[in-house]
Amino acid sequence: MADSVFAVDVQSVSKHFRLYKDKNKSIKERMLHPRRVAFEDLWALRDVNFTVAPGETVGILGHNGSGKSTLLKTICGVLQPSSGQVLVRGKRAGLLELGAGFEPELSGRDNIYLNGAMLGIPKAELDRVFDEIVAFSELGPFIDNQVKFYSSGMYVRLGFAVAVNVDPDVLVVDEVLAVGDERFQRKCMDRIKQFQADGRTILFVSQTPEQVRAICDRVVVLHHGEMIYNGDTGKGIRLFREKLNQDTAAPVGAAIEGVTDLDHDAGPKNPTLPDDRSTRGARIEAVHWGCPEVLGAVPTGKRLEISIDVDAPKAISDVVYAIQLINEDGEIVAATTTETLGMHLDLPEGKSQFTFMIDRIPFLDSEFQLNVGLQSRNGVENLFAWAEQAAVVEVTYAGRAQGLVELEVSCEFRERTD
Amino acid sequence: MAAAPPQHSGDSAARGSEARDLTVRVVSADQSLSQRLQDIWGHRELLSHLVRTEIKVKYKNSILGILWTMVAPAMTLAIYYGVFGVLLKNGIPDFVIFLASGLLIWNFFFGSVMAGTGVIVGRAGIVKKVSFPREILAIATVGSQSVYLLLQWLVLAVFMVALEHRPDWVALPLVVVGFVATVVWAMALAIVLSAVNVYFRDVQHLIEIVMQAWFWATPIVYSFWFTLQTKLVAHHLSWLTKLYFCNPMVSVVVGFQRAIYGDVSVVSTATTQRTVIEVLPPWHLASYYELLAGCIAVGLLCLVGAIKVFGRLEGNFAEEL
Repeated sequence: MADSVFAVDVQSVSKHFRLYKDKNKSIKERMLHPRRVAFEDLWALRDVNFTVAPGETVGILGHNGSGKSTLLKTICGVLQPSSGQVLVRGKRAGLLELGAGFEPELSGRDNIYLNGAMLGIPKAELDRVFDEIVAFSELGPFIDNQVKFYSSGMYVRLGFAVAVNVDPDVLVVDEVLAVGDERFQRKCMDRIKQFQADGRTILFVSQTPEQVRAICDRVVVLHHGEMIYNGDTGKGIRLFREKLNQDTAAPVGAAIEGVTDLDHDAGPKNPTLPDDRSTRGARIEAVHWGCPEVLGAVPTGKRLEISIDVDAPKAISDVVYAIQLINEDGEIVAATTTETLGMHLDLPEGKSQFTFMIDRIPFLDSEFQLNVGLQSRNGVENLFAWAEQAAVVEVTYAGRAQGLVELEVSCEFRERTD
Repeated sequence: MAAAPPQHSGDSAARGSEARDLTVRVVSADQSLSQRLQDIWGHRELLSHLVRTEIKVKYKNSILGILWTMVAPAMTLAIYYGVFGVLLKNGIPDFVIFLASGLLIWNFFFGSVMAGTGVIVGRAGIVKKVSFPREILAIATVGSQSVYLLLQWLVLAVFMVALEHRPDWVALPLVVVGFVATVVWAMALAIVLSAVNVYFRDVQHLIEIVMQAWFWATPIVYSFWFTLQTKLVAHHLSWLTKLYFCNPMVSVVVGFQRAIYGDVSVVSTATTQRTVIEVLPPWHLASYYELLAGCIAVGLLCLVGAIKVFGRLEGNFAEEL
């Protein structure tokens, strides 16, 4: 690829880990049992090849343990590949998992300079952008506090603020948008979009395909260390979803993630991501769906009932039930809440069931992910319970119409006499 | 909240005209030595940063702060003065100066190697997140130890004024050469041990014992010429001297003693008979320089080797930590 333009060139990168059963760290152990070092060979990455052109935004998708973190670490230069090489043109800045490698004993101010120096930014340059970094991170009053007292959100904000303000040519963002409040997430996304407009190159990893869809030109899908797809975003997301459903257990992969994510960093740990059946005041025990007339998939035009079994340790007044139907491209095709329906509901203590009844389901053959939630009246500020992808709702269509929804059509014929 | 204001409009114009220096970086398992050295040199600003950080963190929340580095040697010297100058006279006048001239540089060497060995493991948080030539961490410990050493030399200077002990001004450049030699060796050891320690944590403990043996193999609390060499010669074992000088710290310490303590032969204070003892080798100054030059040359080779080994081991740090 003589002189052809690339920002990142990943050339047959493989990374091979040894997964120790019981790691012998001492020389004595190794001397006594030279052969008994039990480990499994594990390929975290296997012959991955792709290039990213300058100005492109590429998403990297893969379930836990697919090797996407390893790939990003290699691109950032934190890990060296076992074979192959990565070429990066220009200045790169990255946010690997949480925190950008801060010294917990130092203040935020000192850490900005330290981090900048590690990224190879001259001090004069940092002096120039320092105020911008502080402003972006919204840490003004805390900038002289030791980083060890920061919350996880503050930690990520600082890391992101440094990474985007040091004028990188290649920005690597790994999962960072999973933390921080929604407003800051939006701010980060805005900045990322602005970076795109500036013509910078971005590598973006997120567990949320919607975010990937929103900004990426192209995706690379990794599956057990191998690149199984490189191309159009929509297709990639669908493939990723398929793979995700195929092996939800992912036993081996989970093990790798466990190894690479062991964090001795004094920084904050991964917070619980809000996409599981998290508990914040109530618990969604089960979600049922079906048609009262037929078993199994709901025929188009029939009634769909969605029941949410909730267990509340204490009564909550003014609750709102919400449902979302998501298509395979991650788009919300339909959503409603009891608030939209103009209902005022209180949740009593103990077990209860709430049912949404949708009289006519208009969709043709399709599968929808069903998200259900229980929140307070004014939006998602107070989410009591949320079950992401709680069920897959199937709709079958026996008719012949084409398209996405069934229209109720009646026809009339008359002769014109004008 | 509105989106962040577009402060980058100016930069994007520059970006368009391709005025930027877009160097291609390679991440791969084998990097050439010159590339590594270039990379380290490119991060020299980080080095000064890390040195300051280390000192800052070490003395955070302490009132005396960095002054502690001076209090400890001041106390040590005072105690040694009391013990060897007054109670247990060993015949060497101003013994405390003799001792300090070797002890301070040894402490610098010892401190650098010990702290350097643990530095990659200790900074795991940074090593796993950011890409930079990690040798810098080991080099930075040598840097911060140098700062402590300078302060401790001030203490020694005060003692020398108080005891009216003059250094040998002519031989004083030996201090600079000796310091360079020590830095080279300390860096080589710190770099290689910090990397090995990631894989075998035993190194940290092992090195402590090794350093203790090393300390006694170096003429710091005893005089090389007076205690050792005269006896070796008497037993026709002078070939052992050659072996003894394989220890780079011997050349360094003897050089420091020559420059700071200065007197080659002194009148013993141990007895009332005025016996003359030769504390330091009665060589011409050039011999001292020769020894140190050899020491630096071999040290540089070791340093290059250390960086090579480090490069080999560095690739897996992020997963081993």
